[in-house]
Amino acid sequence: MSSLSALTIHELIDLLDRGVCSSEDVVTEVLSAIDARDERVGAYLDYDAEGALAAARSADDARSKGAERILPGIPIGIKDVLNVKGDTCRCGSRILEGYVSPYDATAVARLRQAGALFLGRLNMDEFAMGSTNENSAFQITHNPWNLEHVPGGSSGGSAAAVAAGEAVAALGTDTGGSIRQPASFCGCVGLKPTYGRVSRFGATAFASSLDQIGPITRCVRDAALLLGIMAGRDPLDSTTVEVPVPNYQEALADDLKGMKLGIPREYFVEGIDKEVEQSIRKAIRLCGDLGAEIVEISLPHTEYAVAVYYILATAEASANLARFDGVRYGARDEGHDPMDLYVKTRARYFGPEVKRRIILGTYVLSSGYYDAYYRRGQKVRTLIRRDFEQAFQECDAILAPVAPTTAYRLGEKIEDPLQMYLGDIFTIPASLAGMCGLSVPCGFSDAGLPIGLQIIGDAFREDRVLRVGYAYEQSTEWHKRIPPIRDDEGGR
Amino acid sequence: MMAQESSKNTRHIDVAYVAQLARMQLSDKEVPLFQDQLNHILHHVDTLMRLDVDDVEPTSHPFPGENVYRDDEPREGLAHEAAMKNAPKTRAGFYVVPKILE
Repeated sequence: MSSLSALTIHELIDLLDRGVCSSEDVVTEVLSAIDARDERVGAYLDYDAEGALAAARSADDARSKGAERILPGIPIGIKDVLNVKGDTCRCGSRILEGYVSPYDATAVARLRQAGALFLGRLNMDEFAMGSTNENSAFQITHNPWNLEHVPGGSSGGSAAAVAAGEAVAALGTDTGGSIRQPASFCGCVGLKPTYGRVSRFGATAFASSLDQIGPITRCVRDAALLLGIMAGRDPLDSTTVEVPVPNYQEALADDLKGMKLGIPREYFVEGIDKEVEQSIRKAIRLCGDLGAEIVEISLPHTEYAVAVYYILATAEASANLARFDGVRYGARDEGHDPMDLYVKTRARYFGPEVKRRIILGTYVLSSGYYDAYYRRGQKVRTLIRRDFEQAFQECDAILAPVAPTTAYRLGEKIEDPLQMYLGDIFTIPASLAGMCGLSVPCGFSDAGLPIGLQIIGDAFREDRVLRVGYAYEQSTEWHKRIPPIRDDEGGR
Repeated sequence: MMAQESSKNTRHIDVAYVAQLARMQLSDKEVPLFQDQLNHILHHVDTLMRLDVDDVEPTSHPFPGENVYRDDEPREGLAHEAAMKNAPKTRAGFYVVPKILE
């Protein structure tokens, strides 16, 4: 039998149900994969092996006494921005050094209730600001497919852990592409739910009108399962919406008959890598073969999305990160008065990208610039949202690349923030419009780096994007490939 | 307000001043570096000035909702000690900060 750490949640549930293995076996094998590979990958900031094994034994014990849980002792990795009671939560930042969560995020609490256990904290760009994980204050995470390349970001640790067999599944957060892009770069499935679908309570806020929590998994069915558990109204997050949560797994089907899929012409422009474009075009043809009707659509304001995003997201971040002042939590530099304390603490413990974005956000909100930048950004956001509303009159879901390229080389973009930001051009529009988006593996470059297909759905139509992703996935083999770093586990 | 919206030359950010507004002290190295990078970014952001948005409503939130209410019933919150446990300095259940008044 292949390593338990290489299996999907569904495969593990089946083995656990049949008594072929225990949760302790699963956790043990995941821990040994971490032991064997994480020194090279760098996905985990820290993990609690003893705690995870104890939780697994108690899950096994409960199962032997007849307890029925949806995720019976399934270990899930957690991005360092999400609160898990009793665990550290540093958001990849030195300013939260020593912070221990006093409560569970709602998404975490719902998975816990379903039987999941949490074995560690996954690396990320500081406060989720970045596309490569190079902005983590603590360590570099390497792409398991090629250690010279980035895993993407900001949920890079989550995607790298799943790809490297160091987590069965993981949670990430997506503000402008931070689940979909690392999933694409690491050859995983990543789902950004509709804004309002999953509670943000307990996710340390970056940009509150954009942030969403979502799963990074090895297959579409696992993403459907985790979303179904986490989704729905939460009294602790007033932006969650009272829309019924369908059974996402029942929405999965092997064909795409009766579905209309839109191809936005603005997503196939100069600057997109030829290999990426070829893979996406091939995936589109396959969706046609599976019974979907393919139609060309237009999202005319796409070119403005990055500019809008870097106004609105930084503005919201500058307000959200004001709470890190050296008084209530985390690190502190002493000062001769409170102002001196704030200024010194924030200067010393925030990293460069966070400082840049706080300054930009403060600037666009400042007197004299508010209307020129912030308000104008909000207005163009309306235009971008209308693009999608119009598009979903004409199709059921949109097919597009996740990113214009495969994973960057380490260090390739770090000196030029604007170039880094422009790499998020295909994920940011759906975020601004509040739509849902799924990344599914759809090929590899000649250099062996994964390519992701993005399926964008209308608000609260995760069932449709999952159906498209599943039908596509089931008729391809991309998701079954494993990176060279996992050669030690034998084939699946 | 309209004068601001039509202004074409808004991109010149005084990084040291804005950092002070944001309660951060930048180093001598950071000021010119950020100045340069942020002007570059603002130059890109200025592409938005091309659009006529006079009659467009702003979007602050993907799903503009009405007020959200809950039943006005008391519930357990985080215990005082649990909420303060992460503070760098406390005394007798209070946060400690440097003296404000002489």
